[in-house]
Amino acid sequence: MYAQLVKTAGTGVKTREEMSDDERNFQDRVDRDEKIEPKDWMPDDYRATLIRQIGQHAHSEIVGQLPEGNWITRAPTLERKAILLAKVQDEAGHGLYLYCAAETLGVTRDELTEELLSGRMKYSSIFNYPTLNWADIGAVGWLVDGAAIMNQVPLQRTSYGPYSRAMIRICKEESFHQRQGYDIMMKMAQGSDAQRKMAQDALNRFWYPSLMMFGPSDKDSVHSAQSLAWKIKIDTNDELRQRFVDQTVPQAKYLGLTIPDEHLKWNEERGAHDFSEPDWTEFFNVIKGKGPCNVDRMEARVAAWEDGAWVRDGLLAHARKTSAARTAAE
Amino acid sequence: MSKEWPLWEVFIRGQHGLNHRHVGSLHAPDAEMAIKNARDVYTRRNEGVSIWVVEAVHIAASSPEEKGPLYEPSNSKVYRHPTFFDIPEDVGHM
Repeated sequence: MYAQLVKTAGTGVKTREEMSDDERNFQDRVDRDEKIEPKDWMPDDYRATLIRQIGQHAHSEIVGQLPEGNWITRAPTLERKAILLAKVQDEAGHGLYLYCAAETLGVTRDELTEELLSGRMKYSSIFNYPTLNWADIGAVGWLVDGAAIMNQVPLQRTSYGPYSRAMIRICKEESFHQRQGYDIMMKMAQGSDAQRKMAQDALNRFWYPSLMMFGPSDKDSVHSAQSLAWKIKIDTNDELRQRFVDQTVPQAKYLGLTIPDEHLKWNEERGAHDFSEPDWTEFFNVIKGKGPCNVDRMEARVAAWEDGAWVRDGLLAHARKTSAARTAAE
Repeated sequence: MSKEWPLWEVFIRGQHGLNHRHVGSLHAPDAEMAIKNARDVYTRRNEGVSIWVVEAVHIAASSPEEKGPLYEPSNSKVYRHPTFFDIPEDVGHM
């Protein structure tokens, strides 16, 4: 999930008696699957939680360009390079769709950027892992984008109109990302021994961090219960993780690769795979800034923002000057 | 004065002569850059043949509270729909 550990504002789900008239009308609209639009009345906590969630999602798309951007200059063929370039450009676009959706809730783009750069807002833990070789680019597309799709497809039905519309656009484009990743994995897995080893190594390193993308179990969380009631969260983290594992196991099998989990097995009774939990201590460390690449990622974002300041200011000054000259001429 | 680029709403006309349709928004310093950015952000897969951009502050919008007075009057005018009229089958397609 691109938005992990989003803290839901408020104290949990209210009973109908505890709700004000406005809150009751609002909840009824959500229950009827009506979309909530920017100018509609909404509880302050719904607005605050959505800004956090969409903001974190947008930041993840933007920071998510870095591990893959790392390989644009080193892609093995011109075709792979063009494909990767298009994918990374898509991620930038996805970040922009989401920032715009967040802005409809009354936060500005600069505020969101500053929250990211100051570390007050987070991005997905997955982007704090390095991409060490070309097989990692395959694994990222296959697993990381695969996990993102698992989370984003249900969010197309989220209650907030602008967020839902952004998710629909994103999902349309995201499938290409996963397939290009799997395509790289197929080439590697069917290649030489050395290539197959690289593919297996990439799977070994990205498997558990991908499972962490969905966040820790939240089936007993009052905050998640509120987000589910507001339909800004559609499934629990465990449901999404299970779906991801069940979908990925046969894909790994086709590649002839082994998922690095000795406890992974089909459970006939549940009709689903049993699997090992990732190391949640590692997850919380990465979230706190102690992952392998946290410092690099933030430095890259801060440098992009600061080095681009003169361009932003220059273009704005030019626009104001031309507009003033035009007004004077009229 | 704010240093943030203004917000523009983007409208794209797809193929086959359909109307321009709102697709989202973006920030840009001026109209020319807004169109260039809209090309990159909203037409990466041949989504359009024409782009309109309008600075968001110039859009006037109805408010949700006006829903009743604005749209209820048409609720009672069912005769505006062709299905209101029963035409005998013998008449044929109309």
